Amino acid sequence: MNRTFRVAIPTQLRSYTGGAARVTVAVAADPPRLADIFAGLEAAYPGIRFRMMDEAGRVRPHVQVFVAAKVQRDPAAILNPGDDIMIVGALSGG
Amino acid sequence: MPTRASAAAPRRVRLLIATRKGLWTLVSDATRRSWKLSQPAFLGHIVHHARVDPRDGKTMLAAARTGHLGPTVFRSQDNGRTWKEAATPPAFAPDSGRVVDHTFWLTPGHASQPGVWYGGTSPQGLFRSADAGATWEGVAGFNAHPNRKAWCGGDQDGTPDGPKMHSILIDPRDPAHMYIAMSSGGVFESSDAGGDWHPLNHGVAADFLPTPDPEYGHDPHCVRLASGNPDRLYMQNHCGIYRIDRPATRWQRIGDNMPKSVGDIGLPMVAHPHDPESAWVFPMDGTSVWPRVSPGGKPAAYRTRDGGKTWKRQADGMPKAQAWWTVKRQAMTVDAFSIAGVYFGTTSGEVWGSRDEGRNWKRLAEHLPEIYAVESA
Repeated sequence: MNRTFRVAIPTQLRSYTGGAARVTVAVAADPPRLADIFAGLEAAYPGIRFRMMDEAGRVRPHVQVFVAAKVQRDPAAILNPGDDIMIVGALSGG
Repeated sequence: MPTRASAAAPRRVRLLIATRKGLWTLVSDATRRSWKLSQPAFLGHIVHHARVDPRDGKTMLAAARTGHLGPTVFRSQDNGRTWKEAATPPAFAPDSGRVVDHTFWLTPGHASQPGVWYGGTSPQGLFRSADAGATWEGVAGFNAHPNRKAWCGGDQDGTPDGPKMHSILIDPRDPAHMYIAMSSGGVFESSDAGGDWHPLNHGVAADFLPTPDPEYGHDPHCVRLASGNPDRLYMQNHCGIYRIDRPATRWQRIGDNMPKSVGDIGLPMVAHPHDPESAWVFPMDGTSVWPRVSPGGKPAAYRTRDGGKTWKRQADGMPKAQAWWTVKRQAMTVDAFSIAGVYFGTTSGEVWGSRDEGRNWKRLAEHLPEIYAVESA
C-alpha cells in the first residue's frame, strides 16, 4: 500500500518542480525510508536528486533535511505515517 | 615548418562569460567595436565553464553548480535560447568513494566525432559524453587508473578550492591522441582515447616538491595546443611558462625570457588562432605569499611572436596603476579573425578586449561577478 508524504521544496530546487513549494511523494516500500522520498522525487522531477545527494548517496553538505521537524540526513531513516519532510538550503552564507 | 594559416573572416564574435554568479554573453559584429551584453542565464549559479560546439555552432554546454546544490551540466541546442539539464551529469562511480564537487572544464571532442565532449572535474576526474552532453560517463582509463592516486595525491591535495582537471586537449589529427592537465599531478598524454595515460612533465619546475625534476606532481595552470601545429604545446604553470615541441618529451621554460620584474607566474595562456609562434599570457604576482593579483597593481598581457624567445608587454588602455585584479585560467581567449581579437575577464568582473592582437585594449563590460571563464565563438 502506498503511503504519501508531503515534501517542502526549497527555492533552490523549485526549477525542477515547476515552481511548486510543496509536493507529495507516494512510497510503496515498507517500511518507507527517507531514500524512498528522494527516489520518488527523482522519478517525478528528473535530475533533482543529484543536486541534493552526491553519488555516494550522502545528502550534500549545504542541503538540510528535516523529518517531522527534526534534522535527518540518513537516507536509511524510517519514516512514520504522516511525517512531513522539509528540504532546505542550509544556512551557509551571511 | 608550420606556417601561419589563413582564416575566413567570422561574421561576428560571441563571448561566453562564465562567472561566480551566472552566465552572460557579449556579442559584437565583425567590426568588434560595439558590444552588447546579454541578460544573465543561470543567475546565482556558479558557472565554471561554458563552451559553444564549433562543430555545429549551436550546441552550448555550461558547467554549473550553486552554493547549496550539487554540480550539473546544462545544455542548449539552440544557441542558448533554451536549456536542458544533463540526464546524468559527471559523477564518479558510487562505490569509488569519490564525489564530484564541480565540473571545471569542458572540451568539445574531435571534429570527426560529433556529439562527443569531454569534461574535467574537481576533484580530478575525466568524463566523456557521446550525446552532446545529455549523459556522461567516467573515463575509466583515467579515473580508475592504478597510478591515479600516486599521480594526483588525494582529493585534499591541490588548489585551495579543490584540485582541478583542465586543459583537455584533442589532437586535431587523431581523436585518440589526447592531453590532460591537472592542478595536482601535471600534464598527461594518452594515445588510445583515454585508455591509458603517461606523465609528460620533464623539464617543468615543481618548487613545492622536494624531488628535482619529478615525473609527476606538478601544477599546470593552463595548457594550449598551438594552432596550425598540434605538435607544439604552450603551458602556463604554477612554476613558469613552458613550451614543448613533440615528439620531444622535455618542456623548455620560455618564461625565463620574461622581464624579471614581472616574472613568469600566471594562470591563463592562449595561443594565436593561426600563428603557432604567437601566444599570450597574463602574469600575476606569485611572490612571497602569492597575492595572485596583477604585479604591482599594473595589469598587462605579454605576447610572444617567436615561440617564447621574446615577450612584449601589452597594456595600452588598461589601468596604469592600482588595479589589483587578475585573470583566471579559463578567462582568456582569442577569436578566429586573421588579426586576432584577444579577450579576458577579470576577478573584478570586467571583460577586456583587443581587436588588434593586444596592441590596444578596451573595457567591454564591467560590474559583472567574478569571472571564471571567457570563451569565444
